Amino acid sequence: MIDSIIAGVSGLAAGVVYLFTLGLPNAIMLGVGGTLLYLGAKKNVEPLLLIPIGFGCALVNIPLSELGGEGGLLKIFYQMGVANEVFPLLIFVAIGAMTDFGPLLENPRILLFGAAGQFGIFLTLMIALALGFPALEAVSIAIIGACDGPTAIYVTSQYAPHLLGPVSVAAYSYMALVPIIMPPIMRALTTEKERAIRMVTVKRSVSQTTKVLFPLVVIVVGGLIAPKGLPLLGTIMLGNFMRESGVVARLTKASENEIANVVTLFLGLAIGGTMEGHAFLKPTTLAIFGMGFLAISLDVAAGVLFGKLVCKLTGGKVNPLIGAAGISAYPMAARVVQTEGLRYNKKNHLLMHAAGANTGGQIGSVIAAAMMLSVLKGMGLI
Amino acid sequence: MDNWTFGLTMMIVAGGGTFLTLWVLGLLIDLLKRIYPLTPEKPSHD
Repeated sequence: MIDSIIAGVSGLAAGVVYLFTLGLPNAIMLGVGGTLLYLGAKKNVEPLLLIPIGFGCALVNIPLSELGGEGGLLKIFYQMGVANEVFPLLIFVAIGAMTDFGPLLENPRILLFGAAGQFGIFLTLMIALALGFPALEAVSIAIIGACDGPTAIYVTSQYAPHLLGPVSVAAYSYMALVPIIMPPIMRALTTEKERAIRMVTVKRSVSQTTKVLFPLVVIVVGGLIAPKGLPLLGTIMLGNFMRESGVVARLTKASENEIANVVTLFLGLAIGGTMEGHAFLKPTTLAIFGMGFLAISLDVAAGVLFGKLVCKLTGGKVNPLIGAAGISAYPMAARVVQTEGLRYNKKNHLLMHAAGANTGGQIGSVIAAAMMLSVLKGMGLI
Repeated sequence: MDNWTFGLTMMIVAGGGTFLTLWVLGLLIDLLKRIYPLTPEKPSHD
């Protein structure tokens, strides 16, 4: 009888005993989960993602919880939609349904800002390779520079699934930090005179037919050049086609709300579930966070420098600050540019131009990922 | 293939391809706007 009671009590105490013997990594990760929850709930930093991620992280690190093990709830979420890439792709349908590409279509040349804003991806790739990361891991780390959570998850879950936790958390954290990361770089690379340049107001010039045909053009052109990225391009453009066609309001609304909400919850929990202490707390994780920061900073710098070039070529008609919005963090990056522009010229409203560059950055990030996947395929690495 | 060759290939082909694809898309959007210009709304006959 006594033996039986002792065995029962040891079952209850096993978690606590584990935490105080082998559980230091778990304890640290409980702190990390708590920090993510604090940032999301108290500081309003990407709460829709950081709260499920933080909660998943906390759950999986409670010793002997088995939530992240085979058959565990978080592992089931992971297998349901992350391992097979369904969740990030459904998020893309939602993003397409939410995005108005109008400002971009008004001035299509601004798409090139969306290309310049991806340059950090390729520079970071070189740095990751120089640090000794294998090719596919380096690609997964560099893709944080896409500044686009679903793209980072899509690529990493396929080619470096063991890095999914740090890459996803880095991608979403830095996206949320865009208002802090962008301004110092924008100020360092431009003169006060350049920042004060006023741009001509965009006139409305796009027909509804053009808006409806745009997603189809993107999938045909993008799909022909980089077929490996068609799931990314196809889903974002499906969402946008539904939005612009205007005939499936129920599906558009469901994509923007119910689907996006449910998938975000499952995706966040699944990512949090990959952050088990013993797997997460490695020097590699720190390196990934460092390079992710570098990637996004280089994107912004490349965008501003490209903006300066365009400013020179157009005889000072383009404010180089809009180049900084050529990343995928929409609409945050455009708002930061608007705020910075107003700081140096109270009549300078750059929002529409910056929103064009920002939506260009959204397409640019997806095209860049599609290109990388297709080039990897061409080289026989995937 | 060494890391250096891989990285440069990615930068030139994928980076260049991204730039080129977005430039082509820009041209196609311009073309679409010419084919389907924004027409002013017709006045109602009420």
